[in-house]
Amino acid sequence: MAAANMTAGQDRRAVAAGQITAGVILLAALLALASVGYHAVERVRDTPVVAFIGEHPLLNAFAKSFIVANFVTLHVLFLIWWERKFAGWMQARLGPKHVGWNGLAQTVADAVKLLLKEDIIPAKADGRLFVIAPFLVFMPTLLTFMVLPFSASWVGYNFGLGALFALAVSTNVSLGILAAGWGANNKYSLLGGARACAQVLAYEVPLAITVLAVVAVSGTVSLVDIGAQQSRWWNIVAHAPVMIPAFVLFLICALAELNRTPFDLPEAESELVSGFHTEYSGMRFAFFYLAEFANNFFMAGLAVTLFFGGWFGPLLPGPVWFTIKTVGLVTAMMWIRWTVPRFRVDQMMGFCWKVLVPASLVVFCASALWGMWVQR
Amino acid sequence: MHAYLTAAMFTLMGFAFVASTLLLSRLLRPSAPNPDKLETYECGPLPVGDAWQQFNMHYYLFALLFVVFDVEAAFLYPWAVAYKQVGLYAVVEMILFVGLLGFGWAYAWRRKALEWD
Repeated sequence: MAAANMTAGQDRRAVAAGQITAGVILLAALLALASVGYHAVERVRDTPVVAFIGEHPLLNAFAKSFIVANFVTLHVLFLIWWERKFAGWMQARLGPKHVGWNGLAQTVADAVKLLLKEDIIPAKADGRLFVIAPFLVFMPTLLTFMVLPFSASWVGYNFGLGALFALAVSTNVSLGILAAGWGANNKYSLLGGARACAQVLAYEVPLAITVLAVVAVSGTVSLVDIGAQQSRWWNIVAHAPVMIPAFVLFLICALAELNRTPFDLPEAESELVSGFHTEYSGMRFAFFYLAEFANNFFMAGLAVTLFFGGWFGPLLPGPVWFTIKTVGLVTAMMWIRWTVPRFRVDQMMGFCWKVLVPASLVVFCASALWGMWVQR
Repeated sequence: MHAYLTAAMFTLMGFAFVASTLLLSRLLRPSAPNPDKLETYECGPLPVGDAWQQFNMHYYLFALLFVVFDVEAAFLYPWAVAYKQVGLYAVVEMILFVGLLGFGWAYAWRRKALEWD
């Protein structure tokens, strides 16, 4: 009996591995297509009409925000499929399989389902806050993508204070989560929202200080400039003694900022049902989910820009390299998610204030000294 | 100037995107409310009381600490860009500044402000 179970498990594992292989092949095809697409877009950029749009400040901003909004929405369709497939592989099961090739259209089907679902606003809820919350979560998420450099020229705006702007705006997501938690008038939601707020604020401190360490070494706050400095060596290689600890701290804080396991206390399903979005249904719920995955991509992209050489890499064009690295880091976060169990609330707060804050200050001072004497 | 225009446009686009999707959903979805459906969810039983009641969130001290440390980080950003030109003096100043904060942090720990319960 046990032996039969084992072979069944091995079979399932083999099938899952086959599916992962298929996914990788698909990804390779996508990359080839993306490279071709990149060159096509670069050519279109030179045409007079597009050049005119680029020159005009208002049209330029509109076109960029429109493109980024579409990217933010569509890449999530892929990421959710990838997360479910990856989770299936880690747990020796298949993951989505039936809708489309290897379940690739599963997320599209889910989105259509959510679009057609009845929208329920609980009778006791604060209707206004309840309705505003998805906006408050999605708007800062989109705004953070403005400063994320896919390459030196593929960026919403080369903001001089890019890194600081990104941190400042991404924290605002917690405002929407708090509004959702309070507005629903549900005890689970309220606790989830309150936890999210405390957690995001607490981990914001070491996160800002670790980014500061990178800024001290690079000597600039603009994300495009930080990326451009790494054309030869990635930061994490060139300044390894200070940047490796900085990256570890950054990753821990990013997981907490994103409310991802092991820091998914705000939506801990075993204790809070699904936390701050317990009462949400249909499209309003979809926006919380969308923002969560988009934030995940953004944080990974920020880490790639700060530590992993941004858009630089051989053969493939810059934006494609950036996307590969970022999706790789997102996958690493998924790996952590399906490996590590959840923290307890008091452990989570204590860990931040008693370990991460002093550690990040030490790393920051060390990288300031490194930048001063060793780097030259 | 263009930076703020672009930022405003991104914010506006975020708003328009959510609004238009919700509008589309409103046109497509069914609507059949009834009192049971609109009840607050508490895993089946009827909910007891409101969620809006007083309880100790214990956030006040954390909020204070957050403001102190985040303002510190914001102060240090311009420093981090310029300190290589100023030299040793700037580094010593910064370490003094962080040291003072560290002293305050140790005091907060000693007074049990970092405990969550």
